[in-house]
Amino acid sequence: MPSLKDLRARISSVKNTRKITSAMKMVAASKLRRAQDAAEAARPYAVRMERMLGNLASSVHGQAGAPKLLSGTGRSDRHLIVVMTADRGLCGGFNTNVARNARLMVRELLAEGKDVKLLCVGRKGRDALKRDYGALILKTWEGVNRRGVAFASADEVAQHVLDQFTSDNFDVCTVIYNKFKSAISQEVTRQQLVPFPVPEVSGTPGSTGEQKALYEYEPSEEGILADLLPKNVAMQVFSSMLESDASEQGARMAAMDNATRNAGDMINKLTTQYNRARQANITKELIEIISGAEAV
Amino acid sequence: MAETLEFELVSPEKLLVSEAVGMVVVPGSEGDFGALPQHSPLLSTVRPGVISIYQQGKVSRRIFVAGGFAEVTEDRCTVLAEEAVPVEDITADMVDQRLQAAKDALQEADSPLDKAAAESRLRIAEALAAARD
Repeated sequence: MPSLKDLRARISSVKNTRKITSAMKMVAASKLRRAQDAAEAARPYAVRMERMLGNLASSVHGQAGAPKLLSGTGRSDRHLIVVMTADRGLCGGFNTNVARNARLMVRELLAEGKDVKLLCVGRKGRDALKRDYGALILKTWEGVNRRGVAFASADEVAQHVLDQFTSDNFDVCTVIYNKFKSAISQEVTRQQLVPFPVPEVSGTPGSTGEQKALYEYEPSEEGILADLLPKNVAMQVFSSMLESDASEQGARMAAMDNATRNAGDMINKLTTQYNRARQANITKELIEIISGAEAV
Repeated sequence: MAETLEFELVSPEKLLVSEAVGMVVVPGSEGDFGALPQHSPLLSTVRPGVISIYQQGKVSRRIFVAGGFAEVTEDRCTVLAEEAVPVEDITADMVDQRLQAAKDALQEADSPLDKAAAESRLRIAEALAAARD
């Protein structure tokens, strides 16, 4: 039976915890809104780039001279995986889910006898993978979303991926990240960056399909494509960073909401226990006094 | 015939300009081109330079872009730019800083890849300087 003093200390410590978690929840909620706005703002660029690329890719696809970023190296023996997580914890299963998925993928690929290398965006992902696959991690980036996600940081990651590709160090590159579904649910997603999966242009009816053949290209289809594809890699990295950032804030908000609620329950339970103990004490003292008086 | 052209300038971070314009002059990699309504469909890369937006035959806005892509159709002109700054916002400090940074990078570059990157930065900085004049 804990003493009254112990109980008081417990209650006040849980109250402090609740204050912190509810503040973190509030912060995450406002960051979430900003992250969602940023993701929204990036959409027009992504949509238009995809449209251009769709036009170009379908006309060049299958030709012998198609750029390697589009057609691939013709093999899939060496994989590069970009693992995108947060720098900080306290956001539920956000980081663990990505890390688990990544570990699974690495294990599968290694079992097939393929070569795997990892790039980590976010400290938590690196920490989680370091123990099992530390030797495979080539590079880690930290603090990409400290002040909102900037395109420059996505560009840096993309540049690294492209450098590795030009120096012929891998065949297939995949990003694993949390896709934002709603404020309370995220979905771990694997997205292939290189070679670029050609979008189905013929499947979408309307303007893009009709105008396709009519475009003039300046300088040439291949020339534009050679410029556009690396940009597209950067854009894909950027949009997954944005998704991941929004997901992180959502996950943290949900986790902290839960924690706040749990702390509230805990305080109620402890308060009941405290009151009981207090009353028991009073009763005991009364009995002592009364029995003392009777004895006299 | 449509009198105006829907002009859109987008960067990865946001949609910068979206308005109906009379004409835009875009610095294409093979030379500047003006896009008027009823322009034939065109896809072009864009070199660092200034995009001029014309309204009623006069330049209404001038925006510096550090390269990108342009897509022109009959009633629309879309420019995907990585960086865009209105010309009036360019300051001498900014130009000097970037010129210096690019020159330093060129000096330090040892691999051909770094060198190419530094050269393109220098080109952007030079275009920025030219845009200010």
